[in-house]
Amino acid sequence: MAPNLSSSTFERRSPPIKLAELSSLSAADSAAINAVLARLKNLPGALLPILHGVQDALGYVPKDAVPVIAKSLNLSRAEVHGVISFYHWYRTEKPGEHVLHLCRAEACQAVGGRALEAHVKTTLGIDFHETTADGRYTLEPAYCLGNCAVGPSLMIDGALKGRVTADRFDRLTGVTA
Amino acid sequence: MSALKEAVTIYVPRDSTAISLGADEVAAAITAEAARIGLDIKLIRNSSRGMFWLEPLVEVATDAGRIGYGPVQPEDVASLFAAGLTHGARHPLSLDLVEEIPYIKNQERLTFARAGITDPVSLADYRAHDGYNGLTNALAMEPAAIIAAVTDSGLRGRGGAAFPAGIKWKTVAGAEGAQKYIVCNGDEGDSGTFADRMVCEGDPFVLIEGMTIAGVAVGATRGYIYLRCEYPYGERALNEAIKAAYAANWLGANIQGSGKHFDLEVRMGAGAYICGEETSLLESLEGKRGMVRFKPPLPAIKGLFGCPTVINNVITLASVPIILDKGAEHYKNFGVGRSRGTLPVQLAGNIKHGGLVEKAFGVSLRDLLYTFGGGALSGRPIRTVQVGGPLGAYIPDSQFDLPLDYEAYAKVNNMVGHGGITVFDDTVDMAEQARFSMEFCATESCGKCTPCRIGSTRGMEVIDRLVAGDQPVKQEALLRDLCDTMLAGSLCALGGMAPFPVLSALNHFPEDFQKSSQQQTPRVRVAS
Ligand SMILES: Cc1cc2nc3c(=O)[nH]c(=O)nc-3n(C[C@H](O)[C@H](O)[C@H](O)COP(=O)(O)O)c2cc1C
Ligand code: SF4
Ligand code: FES
Repeated sequence: MAPNLSSSTFERRSPPIKLAELSSLSAADSAAINAVLARLKNLPGALLPILHGVQDALGYVPKDAVPVIAKSLNLSRAEVHGVISFYHWYRTEKPGEHVLHLCRAEACQAVGGRALEAHVKTTLGIDFHETTADGRYTLEPAYCLGNCAVGPSLMIDGALKGRVTADRFDRLTGVTA
Repeated sequence: MSALKEAVTIYVPRDSTAISLGADEVAAAITAEAARIGLDIKLIRNSSRGMFWLEPLVEVATDAGRIGYGPVQPEDVASLFAAGLTHGARHPLSLDLVEEIPYIKNQERLTFARAGITDPVSLADYRAHDGYNGLTNALAMEPAAIIAAVTDSGLRGRGGAAFPAGIKWKTVAGAEGAQKYIVCNGDEGDSGTFADRMVCEGDPFVLIEGMTIAGVAVGATRGYIYLRCEYPYGERALNEAIKAAYAANWLGANIQGSGKHFDLEVRMGAGAYICGEETSLLESLEGKRGMVRFKPPLPAIKGLFGCPTVINNVITLASVPIILDKGAEHYKNFGVGRSRGTLPVQLAGNIKHGGLVEKAFGVSLRDLLYTFGGGALSGRPIRTVQVGGPLGAYIPDSQFDLPLDYEAYAKVNNMVGHGGITVFDDTVDMAEQARFSMEFCATESCGKCTPCRIGSTRGMEVIDRLVAGDQPVKQEALLRDLCDTMLAGSLCALGGMAPFPVLSALNHFPEDFQKSSQQQTPRVRVAS
């Protein structure tokens, strides 16, 4: 299977410091990654669709997926890593059970977005790009969700919410500070 | 009429703004209530009319026309049925005939002719409302004549740069290349804009049709829609529509027996504002980091995968079908000066009647903000509006009478851009807004140019010191200097225009930068 192939290449190129990490990809994750690759790798410009596919399947793009993806597309690991780090959407850490995208952009600022941001951070006890200690929520910033006439806006696992007051946020998440 | 009692048709939008306010729950409540009282209804998930303060806006088809109710919440549903919603009876949420609501009635809807009326993913509905008339005409024309029609219509790119669409198409048509591409820019990163989203979710066939016409005109057989990943609802609607278009031979090989071929695919962005810039977008489509390319070569000559490429905004492409259907003259007869046709303006932020207003060019901001918008949502005075997204200037009341026109705006360093108008009331802190513009530029810079990458971070620091009253005269001079460097030393408009909101805030609202010398205002400051 592909992960084995790639781990052998990986070992050849660099000393075994990363061996522990390599084995961290579970059999199920490997299978999911390989399914995405099999489906998308022949598209022209396949890398972004593949990264989306992996993130949709696993919730993130595990570091150990990088050599597998690189090998399948004939790219260097640095190239794949460079793309992942360029785009805000991709994450390399496992997220919480739910991912919140909170809009920080101007139209939401104009209707209390900054105060909502403060409320969300205190209530969850985390900053952007962090996950709550109980693993329930990961908080990410968004720069506009296209919901600018009815802000402040928020996306919960891809579901858009408008006119989000502090109260509505508490009701949506069931979290209180 | 027929003696057979037909099921009453009820509409609940599937637009994501409507959904963000509870449209899915309302649709479910309507289905449940109808079942409970044993009533046969036909529920259609239409698109939104763009009157977002009325969403979820429920409509019912009656002999007199479509009657609206809104904004409806699930708990209103039982009382709506009890009052006689199914025959358009009155209720406290009644809006009467939707098409008579002044907000809609006073618009000139060309690109958004079907918005809120049709089922967005029904090809039959699209066809019944003039859909594919434009492509049908185009298929019977010489490619050069299609391009001439687009040129004659005066249509300019709606993504921001306002470049004449016909001229771009002509360049691609004349470029050498076995493979050519049509790329739709659906990155819509500007805060305060949602017109592209509304097309993708609310009338996806019009975009598909516009891209197909472009393909036939320039000899491109393949198209990509690059859609921002913040638009999952749009992605689903587009893919449903593309599937239906293939099934009915409006996409694929030998379209409607014409011998023309056009394939179309949606590709998702990944949360990078810079990927709205056309060359960055092409890099991204090729599977790379979205680094801005040097021009020349123009994408029209060497674009996607090095091939001649038309890249146009969603609204530009979605405006093409009506031009080919009703003729260049019809489109051109709207507008002023060199700004022809209509612009779908988006009223956003602190505004009572937020939504989509498609008007011929020439309308004033004041008209948009007060006649259509109804003033600030908070009921307080409007202090400023930012037009054209995060790189657009903050405009003070003294310029609200400026006509919406590319040239008139450019003359005073404002920008029409993609037509987003973000409204702020008098509680806005302009120093905070200026700082955010710099912060945004720093976050979203592709990193190629130093003034953009580093200058923006310096800009934040200088604004912080200026506001803190730390040698303010020196800091202001520094800030202006920095803005000059960014204006002059940036490869693209991210670094090259981020100074506009900053300088406009500084020039029009200098008092907000001198807070430390005055009494501290009790504004909530959020450290991030
Ligand atoms: C920083 C930056 C961001 C941009 N973002 C967008 C965008 O989100 N959508 C868009 O259509 N054009 C955007 N543009 C403009 C595009 O570069 C390009 O002009 C446009 O896609 C051409 O299509 P049009 O002629 O139909 O407007 C952006 C430009 C810059 C410099
Ligand atoms: S101005 Fe900024 S975003 Fe544009 S090319 Fe330069 S560094 Fe990249
Ligand atoms: S600015 Fe927040 S959704 Fe557009």
